[in-house]
Amino acid sequence: MINIFITSTKLRRSRELSEIRFRWFGKLAIGVSLGFLFVMVGSILLKGKSAFLSSDIAITIDLGPDNVDINNINETRFDALMKKSLRQTFPDVKSRKEKKKLYGLLSADMGFELRDQILNDTNLLGSEAKLWFTASDDIDLLLKGAVDLSLGEDNRRISDLEAEWISLLKDTDNVRLKFNKKFFTNGDSREPELAGILSALMGSILTLSICFIVSFPIAILAAIYLEEFAPKNKISAFIEVNINNLAAVPSIVFGLLGLALLLNVFDLPRSTPLVGGLVLSLMTLPTIIIASRASLRAVPPSIREAALGMGASPIQGTFHHVVPLALPGILTGTIVGMAQALGETAPLLMIGMVAFIADVPTSVVEPAAALPVQIFLWADASERAFLEKTSAAIIVLIVFLVLMNLLAIFLRKKFEKRF
Amino acid sequence: MNIQTKQNSDIDVKNKLDIIVAKNVDVFYGSKQALENITIDIPENQVTSLIGPSGCGKSTFLRCINRMNDLVPICRVSGDIRISGQDIYAQEVDVVSLRANVGMVFQKPNPFPKSIFENVAYGPKIHGLTSDKSEMKDLVEWSLQKAGLWNEVKDRLTENATSLSGGQQQRLCIARAIAVKPRVILMDEPCSALDPIATAVIEELIDELKANFSIVIVTHSMQQAARVSQKTAFFHMGNLVESGQTKNIFTSPKDERTQNYITGRIG
Amino acid sequence: MNVKNIIPNKEFNIIGNNKYNLSEYLIKTIMIVCSSVAIAVTLGIIFSLLFETINFFQKVSLSEFLFGTKWSPQTALRSDQVAAEGSFGAIPLITGTLLISTIAMCIATPLGLFSAIYLSEYASKKIRNIVKPLLEILAGIPTVVYGFFAALTVAPIIRSTGETVGLNVSSESALAAGLIMGIMIIPLISSLSDDVINAVPQSLRDASLALGSTNSETIRKVILPAAIPGISGSLLLAASRAIGETMIVVMAAGLAANLTANPLEAVTTITAQIVALLTGDQEFDSAKTLSAFALGLLLFIVTLILNMISLKIVNKYREQYD
Repeated sequence: MINIFITSTKLRRSRELSEIRFRWFGKLAIGVSLGFLFVMVGSILLKGKSAFLSSDIAITIDLGPDNVDINNINETRFDALMKKSLRQTFPDVKSRKEKKKLYGLLSADMGFELRDQILNDTNLLGSEAKLWFTASDDIDLLLKGAVDLSLGEDNRRISDLEAEWISLLKDTDNVRLKFNKKFFTNGDSREPELAGILSALMGSILTLSICFIVSFPIAILAAIYLEEFAPKNKISAFIEVNINNLAAVPSIVFGLLGLALLLNVFDLPRSTPLVGGLVLSLMTLPTIIIASRASLRAVPPSIREAALGMGASPIQGTFHHVVPLALPGILTGTIVGMAQALGETAPLLMIGMVAFIADVPTSVVEPAAALPVQIFLWADASERAFLEKTSAAIIVLIVFLVLMNLLAIFLRKKFEKRF
Repeated sequence: MNIQTKQNSDIDVKNKLDIIVAKNVDVFYGSKQALENITIDIPENQVTSLIGPSGCGKSTFLRCINRMNDLVPICRVSGDIRISGQDIYAQEVDVVSLRANVGMVFQKPNPFPKSIFENVAYGPKIHGLTSDKSEMKDLVEWSLQKAGLWNEVKDRLTENATSLSGGQQQRLCIARAIAVKPRVILMDEPCSALDPIATAVIEELIDELKANFSIVIVTHSMQQAARVSQKTAFFHMGNLVESGQTKNIFTSPKDERTQNYITGRIG
Repeated sequence: MNVKNIIPNKEFNIIGNNKYNLSEYLIKTIMIVCSSVAIAVTLGIIFSLLFETINFFQKVSLSEFLFGTKWSPQTALRSDQVAAEGSFGAIPLITGTLLISTIAMCIATPLGLFSAIYLSEYASKKIRNIVKPLLEILAGIPTVVYGFFAALTVAPIIRSTGETVGLNVSSESALAAGLIMGIMIIPLISSLSDDVINAVPQSLRDASLALGSTNSETIRKVILPAAIPGISGSLLLAASRAIGETMIVVMAAGLAANLTANPLEAVTTITAQIVALLTGDQEFDSAKTLSAFALGLLLFIVTLILNMISLKIVNKYREQYD
């Protein structure tokens, strides 16, 4: 018998096929988007993980009285001593070109590293000591397996000679890969093996602090006024339109504003966390205001009515009763705003935070860099070794962002009161 | 559509003129039972009304017939429902085809935000009932005529359906449902959002439609049930208390609960 | 405590207690000032950009800027240098911006829309709760990271793929930058469209399904047409974001002011030029530096217009369905 509800006409089949196709497009779209996310994050993780290790080479140094005067340590010519020790380790090296390569095995700061180790432990003086020194960036890459030795000598940065020396040092256990503490304790450097993110990190922390101190109070007070007190007239509507617009203005425009106004009119010091923080605070204001207004709106009117009914003034009612209830949402919005500000680069470029800053900034009026700007500068660098450093810096940045967002989610869940 | 119904000796058909036969239907929303052991026959080319107090399950039962309850994930339907002798919950049933044969008009008029013409033409177009432009125009005209709306809209078929009044919109929804030539039209309190004049127009319409279609109408108003239907079923707290000819239900109900509802003691 | 002994205060003094007024007045004033900061910022942006732009147009004519097709900003370094050969025609920048933004929108629109459709109409609650936050992560990644990935991974891949097929692909192709920018915008389109699609009332879906349509027919013929205003609003907002994006193009698209429609070539954008003009040693008053402000004003006006239209469309659409 014909079951009229099981039609299988050509039209019905083609409709069903189109339904199946449609669903697959949806899944494909999600798959491509998420796939890209994983590929990007994965590739950065892979590229960056090696930066958390650094290569050290051990060299025997004669710290006897001929080389170091124990009463006059600082007069010692550490660089020359290092070069001498290297020559003693590889006595067959004769030609000038080869010697230059030999000295290039260690980082350019090798003299300073020797001095610091001696000053740290003066007991070392008087005899020979085997001390560890940071390898130069190319050697570091070689030891991490990033140099393809099968290529012809002209096609790679490491010559056969250097490779030979390193393998000799390896065989005698004078080479090691250790956790790269320098990455977190050093500022920027022209030498990749010594480059660290501390100065950029401090710069970011100082900048974000200024951003928070300026934007948080202004944003909250504005949100409270607009939501609780402002009469619903054209002016407040105009303010609201303004805020919504500012939230969508490209970040580089804020940088231009900072340049024209803060640097040129107000003559504030260029490239400092003070100016950077001020510019970023202008950008975060709309975000915090919008989020705060939403949380204030979510507080039921009955709370306000109860407070007013007891004889509290509107201000007391708002600040004593409504705001505390809206606080979790406000904090969440603030943290999200700060996280966005942490990742901003363009406005900071405009106000000059793009210089090479090696020292760790200690105040908000010293020139500084910020973490995303550091990433930008390192990405442009030509030394191959900066590739892993850039990726590692990105990993650090993302870790901070993840922590901040997790904090926001945690706060929201913890203080979520259901009315 | 050429309708062919064949008798299947497996089916226990009480009355040859029943288009829908439901037996032992239970409906659960999660763990809560909404309908218990519903057994009812819906006669062909008549108007059957389902009455009862709020929440008694009549809309739920209506939505079982065109399987709109499938859209609710926690809803489970068990039992036997057959339309023209065919089990609509069988494995091989294509829900899309089922709904092409069972039309529905909702409580609040819900025309698409398209033109009046496109609203009526939507169903026939997707089911490929006609591919010819002029045939489609004829079909739309026929549907609007049958829904009693043609004269009011014939000059403005391209206008947006939302510009019509509430009553007109509901008649448009009826026209839209009729256009696919279903066997059964389900109506879920179709007049509850309308004023008395629009209601009267639609009730007259329902009376004319029964010549071509079988209609099941859920209604809150006993007076409406008495006016439009030939068969009435009284639901109470998920149970089908009693069903029968409309005039019998209202003049000499067999069950005390029915009596209480009709006289206004409950509901 | 004996309840009988608690006598209500005999004085029913309801005349105003002025103790609160001064501090409350102060607090209110502070709040009003804070609220007007938003207007102050907008005015600040407009005036500072305008001021410098006017200075700029005293050195370079408006018609050269808007209609000139050669962009090579130089200015005399010494006052006695022969007339600077700089040309400030912004057309190549505008076309470059449009090229990259168009590529980005072509990628983001289908991916974003279909993701939104699948998540709101087909996906189970469990999947939705996992996928939606994951897509939001795409929005939270700093653009400098996207730029890094675009320049160091994607652009070389596109280049070598192009070479194997015999095409000449620049190492800073518009395609690479546009591709990555598109991925960055996906969450913007998908979450806004998701809201818009969910706002379409269930009654319309019910009506369509009850007539015997499949899910995809309901979406394609009923829901999407009803949601078009809201979706267009979200697309405009995404386009505005793409046009104003800086880091991705600075790192992946370079500075070659090239007037072309070929996505395999290198082009530059308004934002990349602003960065290039201002991150270097420069005299503040030179036409070169001032041109950055003129570009900035152009960018601000364009994105402002897009944002306002988008807001208007979305608000009108919301009114329709609330």
